[in-house]
Amino acid sequence: MPLSVILAKLSQGMATSFAIFSLTLVLSLPLGLVVALIRLRPNRPIQAVTRGYISIMRGTPLMLQLLVVYFSPYYLFGIRLTPDYRFWAVIIAFVLNYAAYFAEIYRGGIESIPVGQHEAAEILGYTKSQAFTRIILPQVVKNILPSVTNEIITLIKDTSIAFAIAVTEMFTIAKAIASAEKTMVSYAIAGLFYYVFNFIVAITMERVEKRLNYYR
Amino acid sequence: MTVFKITNAWKSFNDSVNVLRGISLSVESGEVVSIIGPSGSGKSTLLRCATLLERLNAGEIRYGEEIIAENDSAGKSVYREEAALRACRQQFGLVFQNFNLFPHFSVLKNIADAPINVQKRPKAEVESEASALLEKMGLSDKKDAYPFQLSGGQQQRVSIARALALKPDILFFDEPTSALDPELTGEILKVIRSLAEEKMTMVVVTHEIEFARIVSDRVIFMDGGVIIEEGTPDLISNPNNERTKTFLQKLRR
Repeated sequence: MPLSVILAKLSQGMATSFAIFSLTLVLSLPLGLVVALIRLRPNRPIQAVTRGYISIMRGTPLMLQLLVVYFSPYYLFGIRLTPDYRFWAVIIAFVLNYAAYFAEIYRGGIESIPVGQHEAAEILGYTKSQAFTRIILPQVVKNILPSVTNEIITLIKDTSIAFAIAVTEMFTIAKAIASAEKTMVSYAIAGLFYYVFNFIVAITMERVEKRLNYYR
Repeated sequence: MTVFKITNAWKSFNDSVNVLRGISLSVESGEVVSIIGPSGSGKSTLLRCATLLERLNAGEIRYGEEIIAENDSAGKSVYREEAALRACRQQFGLVFQNFNLFPHFSVLKNIADAPINVQKRPKAEVESEASALLEKMGLSDKKDAYPFQLSGGQQQRVSIARALALKPDILFFDEPTSALDPELTGEILKVIRSLAEEKMTMVVVTHEIEFARIVSDRVIFMDGGVIIEEGTPDLISNPNNERTKTFLQKLRR
């Protein structure tokens, strides 16, 4: 198989990997914030539910969660889903998993803001939501950026886990080519893809961090 | 005219010891009241209750004509709903011991953000007022700086400007110089003094007794959650109460 064909096939996989990555990120970042805010409510039962959710998501392998999301509609409820569901199962599992990690990052960030900031906002007459969006959240974002970068980089590599349910992402295609053609080239290209992708993310996040360095 | 009045205020934390034990204080328009007393005497708690950061167990709070908290039939404080409290917060300001400026806002934005977004006043008007306040504080050249670039004394002056920008009827100071290096306390005391000359109504919790003697119309000694003595600033030179005498002697040492 000529290199150009390998590249063409792999680039389809790249597109799928990128779709998994970006959808997961765009959905799990806000969901994580919602979970964190619920987790920080004084209401005990609600707190217990979010704690349980976070604990399960962090305490079991992502691959297992993916298999559960993919197979449980049929095995548990007898619902036959279209082949399209493969991709959406990945998105659901990834978003649920990453939202849990992000929620803990947000929580740490929110709790690290000194109580004086809340009190100053209250005294000045900001509503609770104004205080959160104008005063607290911008500071939280700055504080949590390094941890979020870590998660994003892990997510890029985790997209290969979609292989477990044969979604045709980058890694799945690379493996198919490798076994059909008895070549390592496809793995090398896949590795390079993940590395370059991560490199770009790392540089971008570094820039964002620098831009937020205008205050301490 | 009475700007602020707290009556028979009781406060305990977690049902343990009473920090405030039936204290009452009323402040007239244009008056400067200093509260002094040993640490743990309840001064800061009184201020935190007055500014609604803490809630009384029993007692009443009034701002102007408005009743903010009053006792129910069982003698427990009942506060008005959150929207009314938020509206009431526009009538007073609080200057914190450790400034609590917003680190991600420039100096100008620290001052102008609440008038613009809380009071919904026009941006241009607010910003020119904020600049005027900064000039008054001697910080015209710092308007685009961020809090971390300022000295403690400068930060505290910005926080005073931030409180003044909302045009409060009364300004509370919670030990405004305690977090500052000794050589920087003078600049803050100067600012408070100039506000006193403009007849700003102020309540100042402070350990600077010499300053309290010069600037105040009335001095209050607190200990054990009650006022043990109150009167004109002359009291600082000639206290009657034994506990006041001991406390002042300790400060002078």
